Amino acid sequence: MVDTPLHDVPVKDPSRLSLALQSDFFYQFKRSPVAVVSFAVTMILVLGAVFAPLIAPYDPFDPASLNLMNGFSAPMTPNAFTGETFWLGTDDQGRDVFSTILYGMRISLFVGAAAVAFAMVLGITLGLLAGYVGGWTETIIMRVADVQLTFPAILVAMLIFGVAKGVTPVEYRDQMAIWVLIIAIGLSDWVQFARVVRGATLVEKNKEYVQAARLIGRTSPAIMLRHILPNVLSPVLVIATISLALAIIAEATLSFLGVGAPPTQPSLGTLIRIGQGFLFSGEWWILLFPAVTLLALALSVNLLGDWLRDALNPRLR
Amino acid sequence: MSLVSIRSLTRIFDVSKPWLNRLIERKPKALLTAVSDVSFEIEEKTVYALVGESGSGKSTIGKMLVGLLGPSSGAVEIRGVDLARETDAQKVDDVRADIQMIFQDPFASLNPRWRVRDIIAEPVAARGGETGGLAEKLLEQVGLSARDAGKFPHEFSGGQRQRICIARALASEPKLIVCDEPTSALDVSVQAQVLNLMSDLKDEFGLTYLFISHDLTVVQHMADRIGVLYLGRLVEEASPDALFDDPKHPYTQMLLAAAPQLGAFGRDVPPPTGEIPDPINPPPGCAYNPRCPLATDLCRTERPELREVRDARVACHFAE
Repeated sequence: MVDTPLHDVPVKDPSRLSLALQSDFFYQFKRSPVAVVSFAVTMILVLGAVFAPLIAPYDPFDPASLNLMNGFSAPMTPNAFTGETFWLGTDDQGRDVFSTILYGMRISLFVGAAAVAFAMVLGITLGLLAGYVGGWTETIIMRVADVQLTFPAILVAMLIFGVAKGVTPVEYRDQMAIWVLIIAIGLSDWVQFARVVRGATLVEKNKEYVQAARLIGRTSPAIMLRHILPNVLSPVLVIATISLALAIIAEATLSFLGVGAPPTQPSLGTLIRIGQGFLFSGEWWILLFPAVTLLALALSVNLLGDWLRDALNPRLR
Repeated sequence: MSLVSIRSLTRIFDVSKPWLNRLIERKPKALLTAVSDVSFEIEEKTVYALVGESGSGKSTIGKMLVGLLGPSSGAVEIRGVDLARETDAQKVDDVRADIQMIFQDPFASLNPRWRVRDIIAEPVAARGGETGGLAEKLLEQVGLSARDAGKFPHEFSGGQRQRICIARALASEPKLIVCDEPTSALDVSVQAQVLNLMSDLKDEFGLTYLFISHDLTVVQHMADRIGVLYLGRLVEEASPDALFDDPKHPYTQMLLAAAPQLGAFGRDVPPPTGEIPDPINPPPGCAYNPRCPLATDLCRTERPELREVRDARVACHFAE
């Protein structure tokens, strides 16, 4: 028998997914009821939003399906024409509240996720630069961050939103509103990513594996992206989850104040603003159901983030 | 010609407070001289050991040699090329490919998010070389299994990680490896294994080592030439035999007396007196004069130069 050296035999590495499923992290997830329930709630809401056109019994944006005769139907009452049940009632225009919530969640989640993604990219880039390059680059980036932190995020977002609204032509305002909202919330939120990434980068850049990469002749961008970035991502993941909950609430707040999503693309915040007008005239369902949905969404994402922070913190194990 | 030639190497760190604090407290800049006027040469395929207490500048010299730090003055020449001043990028790159480093802390020197295969192959991959099967081959050469290539660093012990570091250092087929206290983080039993491995690899690949350590017994067995550092200055340089049998500098004599010896258990040794002085305000003259039993006024005013004393180079006014 010929002895083949072991290094000629192709070895199949375990995939990162299978490693993840065997990890402590997944085990801890299974053992935490809060994590499992909040993850389930989040997933149901996210799937409901993504598949809204398939699930929703009505299209609230299709005027043909609306009839004012159905206005102010209480929950569980039938449609005056088709006999189908309005589970969560209708609003003043006769729009099915359940359907508007599903479509509204789409806007809320999209704006929230896109704003967090934007804040993340901006914050990680600036944080890595500040931490790794140091010197004047760091001073300028971090002082700008400090100044911005002294203003409440919602104020910064309103300011950006107001300026953008003044700059965009009237005919594009409704189309641009969503994107302006994303940029406004994202810009008000990058600071915490930058601060956390900078701190973690300062720790990582002095470790010997970074020195090893430097003496090999790797360039600074390569070291930042391939060596440091993967090692600073776990705190970023935690902040991103909690930021998502905050961004959804920020969007709802702006929309509630009337400076966010336009009535043609109502988000949960817009729905709540519409609903609060009818609260004292007895049509409580128009306000209550969107509000409860927003609460469930923000709370479950936030609890998930809290659990993630504990699970990734080795000192709490 | 020797492989490495270090001439009058000096490195000064600025350890001042920020300028605003200095302005308010009216303090001058604080400059720390980590390495002061050090010169030595390393012959090809030999082991040069640098020993000294913490803060004596051993690691700083190592970092300047591999190019992680630039010298404040003086020069590091490798095969006649001065890395800090050479303008021909191609020449610098060629020389850099010949130098590798093994670090002290095996837990910090491997990227925890990378597979061992990618870690070991990185020096070659960074230069666009062919890396297929390279990591597996090197792993077997350092006494691990080819199957370990797919694992992550946290799956290994300290000694195994140091073997992975050695494999990475060998990947680009370097001529010179700077070993910065490669065994000080390891158990004694594992230390011996790693040192033996390094010895074997040196013969097999024709390597040259700059071996930085504070452990005299380790150095005695590995080194062909030993340099003793004190407060950033080279105080004595000799072959291991000459150094251990006949130490000429009072500092070396004190170090050897303080080292534990298996044969002389329970012997009465005067403990080392004094501490290493503050490198920001080093004593004038010979840096060792506050602790030296032989010190005279000459030692407190004039810095002794390295001079040949029989088979060694010593920086002491009274060595003979």
